[in-house]
Amino acid sequence: MRSYWNLFWTFVKVSTFTIGGGMAMVAVVRDILVEKRKWMTDDEFMDILAISQTLPGLMAVNTAIFVGYRLMGTKGSIVATLGSVLPPFIIILAIAMIFTGYKDNLTIEAIFKGIRPAVVALIAVPTIKMALKQKWNWVYGILAIVTMALIAFLKVSPMYIILVVGVIAAFVAKYREGRQ
Amino acid sequence: MIFFELFYTFFFIGMFTIGGGYAMLTLIQHQVVTVHGWISAEAFTDIIAISQMTPGPIGINSATYIGYSVIQAMGYSPALCVAGSFLATSAVVLPSFLITYWICRLYARLKSNPVFAGVLQSFKPLVIGLLAAATLVLITPQTFPDYISWIIFAAAFAITMWAKASPILTIVLAGIAGYLIYA
Repeated sequence: MRSYWNLFWTFVKVSTFTIGGGMAMVAVVRDILVEKRKWMTDDEFMDILAISQTLPGLMAVNTAIFVGYRLMGTKGSIVATLGSVLPPFIIILAIAMIFTGYKDNLTIEAIFKGIRPAVVALIAVPTIKMALKQKWNWVYGILAIVTMALIAFLKVSPMYIILVVGVIAAFVAKYREGRQ
Repeated sequence: MIFFELFYTFFFIGMFTIGGGYAMLTLIQHQVVTVHGWISAEAFTDIIAISQMTPGPIGINSATYIGYSVIQAMGYSPALCVAGSFLATSAVVLPSFLITYWICRLYARLKSNPVFAGVLQSFKPLVIGLLAAATLVLITPQTFPDYISWIIFAAAFAITMWAKASPILTIVLAGIAGYLIYA
């Protein structure tokens, strides 16, 4: 049955049981929405997913907003968003409260000394995987390298880079459209 | 005023996040570590590890955690730390909500708009640059104090890249290694 409570509960479940970010969530959401509850078709879901990935913000939240809106309008999108944000908020809050008390514990520090380099690897792997999947041309290549160098070495804010590139891309697209 | 700063910092982070959670980390890192100096690069790495091991999107997890620890580092009471946590989390979600909400209302029209498509297309290589920068910024002398840490990095890289180990498994194994080697 389609109700605000069911929608809320669906996203509470999704975000409680998916560990490791957006992509891990996809299979769980699809299973509930398409297979179990039959609230939408597979095609509809894939469509929403494609948009949620490209839009600004977090894919998990974007998907919740989109699904909520499609199913139950504005209120639906608010309810779905709350459902997806509340569980991680409560869990992390609890961890923050406990963990900050043990921050200076030597055993904990030793464990995290081992974990830190692994975390760097966890960020490096998707970077390389995305770079391998991307169809490169020289504009894209320069864009990626300059972005990396500006942020990492010159400490330029990523926000400015996104803004400038977005505006230039909009003008280029407009110009191409005009020529056709 | 720290609460106000926390709010607008995370609001802008939410607004400019393209390409999902990992790319968001670059923005959070730049604001929280480089610009404001609220937490150190190592503490930020720890937060990423905790966010990876707990349910929920990494962007929300890190906003919640950072909101709490920033206020705590200023010496405020636990109740205010919870308020900081709440503030950072809602601030990071709010722009996403506003933007996506309007786009799903206008989607039918935007879908065929070449300017919209062109902007989204240009963000793809940008996201790779963002992730590469996040990786480089995390490589600090504190995170890599000795050659053992580079071995852990190489091992974690190998099992994630080629053996498709989950982030949790990788972090748990690295934690065990850390305990055995450093404790």
